[in-house]
Amino acid sequence: MKRSRRVNLAAVAGIAATAMVVAACSSGGSSGSSSASSSATALTASAPGITATTITIGSHQPLTGVAAPGYDEIAPASTAYFDYVNAHGGIYGRKIIYKYLNDQYNPTITSTVVHQLVLQDNVYAIFNGLGTPTHLAVAPYLNTQKVPDVFVASGCECWNDTAKLPDTSGWQLDYVREGKILGNYIKQHFKGKKIGYFYQDDEFGQDGVKGLNYEIPKSQVVASESYNPAVTNVAPQVTALKAAGAQVVVSFSVPAFTALLKLTSLKLSFNPQLVVSDVGSDPITLAGLLASFAKNKTAGFGNSLTQGIITDGYLPSLGSTSNTWIQLFQKIHTQYIPKLPLDGNVAYGLAVGYTFVQAMFKAGRNPTRQDLVSAINSGLPQGVSVAPYAYSASNHDGITGAYMAVVKNGALVPAGPTLVTDTTPTGAVTSFTAAQPAAPASGIPSP
Amino acid sequence: MTLARHLAAALVIALVIAVLSVKLAPYRDYQLAEVAAYVVAVAGLTVLIGLSGQISIGNGAFMAIGAYASALLLLHLGWPIELVLAASAVVAALAGAIFGVAAARLRGPYLAGATLMLAVALPSVADQYTSVFGGDQGLGVTITTPAFLGASFPPTRWLAWLTCAVALIALVLLANLSRSRVGRSWRAVRDDEVAASLAGLNVARLQVLAFVVSAACAGLSGALLAVVSGIVAPGAYTLALSIALLTAAVVGGLGSLAGALWGSLVLVLVPSYLTNVAASHGLSGAASSSVPIAAYGVVLIVVMLVFPAGIQGGLRRLFGPAAPAAGGPFTALRRRGPASEHQEEGII
Repeated sequence: MKRSRRVNLAAVAGIAATAMVVAACSSGGSSGSSSASSSATALTASAPGITATTITIGSHQPLTGVAAPGYDEIAPASTAYFDYVNAHGGIYGRKIIYKYLNDQYNPTITSTVVHQLVLQDNVYAIFNGLGTPTHLAVAPYLNTQKVPDVFVASGCECWNDTAKLPDTSGWQLDYVREGKILGNYIKQHFKGKKIGYFYQDDEFGQDGVKGLNYEIPKSQVVASESYNPAVTNVAPQVTALKAAGAQVVVSFSVPAFTALLKLTSLKLSFNPQLVVSDVGSDPITLAGLLASFAKNKTAGFGNSLTQGIITDGYLPSLGSTSNTWIQLFQKIHTQYIPKLPLDGNVAYGLAVGYTFVQAMFKAGRNPTRQDLVSAINSGLPQGVSVAPYAYSASNHDGITGAYMAVVKNGALVPAGPTLVTDTTPTGAVTSFTAAQPAAPASGIPSP
Repeated sequence: MTLARHLAAALVIALVIAVLSVKLAPYRDYQLAEVAAYVVAVAGLTVLIGLSGQISIGNGAFMAIGAYASALLLLHLGWPIELVLAASAVVAALAGAIFGVAAARLRGPYLAGATLMLAVALPSVADQYTSVFGGDQGLGVTITTPAFLGASFPPTRWLAWLTCAVALIALVLLANLSRSRVGRSWRAVRDDEVAASLAGLNVARLQVLAFVVSAACAGLSGALLAVVSGIVAPGAYTLALSIALLTAAVVGGLGSLAGALWGSLVLVLVPSYLTNVAASHGLSGAASSSVPIAAYGVVLIVVMLVFPAGIQGGLRRLFGPAAPAAGGPFTALRRRGPASEHQEEGII
């Protein structure tokens, strides 16, 4: 018996080994072997993930699970923009292959899929990885491997750390700046009113509150209530806000919790002016959530509840159909992703895709990985966003400002000029008067 | 004698892994490290369920305890990694002891329910004490490849070596434990509590001990997984993780350490393989993200239909020396079921 058991064990080890080898074989060899012809203008395999005809990039996105509703539209929208670029000549003739994997918003899975993208799929860069906790799991790894980690889909200030994370850069308006811009508006328009905060208890909400506190006088803030995204009952927070007599409630919340805040307030017959961060205020997403949470299928029910919410936007408003960027979005949306709603998430995906193409053109015909990071370090011209980028060798924040807006009939109506600011406690919030450049007629940034 | 045999087996496996880790592509090394991290927790769970006859749906929570312990020790005290891993197992074992004593009166579904509560509740502790646990974004865990291996040594290979070495040590210890007097007592308790207690065994103490061992394994596994994935965050230690561990233990074959290995291989390789298949067949949008999850479910169902005693049970039936594989995977759940003989062969 003893002998047979040993044989058994060896057999297990042997079969396990075979399983790994078989798995290894099925993965195929790594691509990107250099077949460079040395002509000056010829397209070469200049970096991992780049061949003479393609650029392969990767991302981690929540395609299923709690964070998926809404956010799962972003990567398909970016893909639509890349398809559009590929159909119109690509980047110096190379086609973009965008491989995004589902991490279910779970940092462990993020780590797995990003290792797969870098080590097995041999991507040139990680683009627009979504989420703060998820992306924090992989940013140090990407930086030790010198993989460009561009335009992270999160407004955390943590991406602007050129000392520790030189290859990582943010893109969207960071939450501190956004808090300052919202706070500045509240300071001017709601003088002497009682202000209450409602925020998600993590980097997102806390950075936002930090920005708000830089602007709003302390004496005006009567309540500061946080919520945990795992707990869907916000009645205690809303009761506290009501008890404190808040006349204006500023909400740094994701769409589902903006909807819960609104519905719970209604139940408690509490009707403050809502000021909501861009992340949690997309009117189309919000209207859908309100209707489904309230189980009310009446047409226009959701929109009737979002009416009058004050928010901000750093991309052109989807309602302004005369804007050349919105026209471009509509064109690509109709052609490539007609099944998705043209909402804030889709606009986001298209816009960040445009920014990537901008950066790739700037990185040159045969870019190395460092060339892409250097292109961002030397600054990107303002394009699809209403405010310029902060990018420089010492700053990896993205968009620096936004316009204030009011939700009317399910669309953002801009209220006032674009405001820009920095992330310091004392930096002023100032108007940015230069007009946003029009979208290129081709829809593709020029090299 | 048993120890020598287990050590010899471990040595053989270590050699195989060492060769594999050099031959395999870096991403396969990473997967190897993941398998090694999971196998420790699955093995601990398989001992708990298969040997002592108790069920836990909360071992993901003990993984979280080990993971946070390791992150905090690395971050604040800067201990060497071997010490950190050992300490994580100890911390989780302590937590397991406290919980095990509290739950010692519970049986079957009630114990499962209590552990379920732990799995659901514990991750939100991290959200309550943000200054210590880093809240939703968690704590970063970075380890460096030792200098003597040289600067060009692939970091994923080092990860694979580290995790596999630790996993092997844990498995050898578990194998010995299960062949020892304690292991035999566990089987006695599993098969018939009344008979065991009439024979002079302290049933409650044995059950708590099994719980502690399983929690220590989960803690160690959590620490390894933290090192492998580079972060400890509440989003990683959800109920889904606890259920995944249970799935791996059942699919691999309850009560068998080799089964724990099969289960962990399934847990790590199958979803990633299915995702790649879905992607290479040009599925897009919602389909490409849902199909792998559904297909994973189908694979699990098929495995259980074909091998009711798990993969290891099936292999034993197909290739093994006339070893009977009596009883399905849920033998352990039946109290006072017929004394099953399939464990007497030893845990390997």
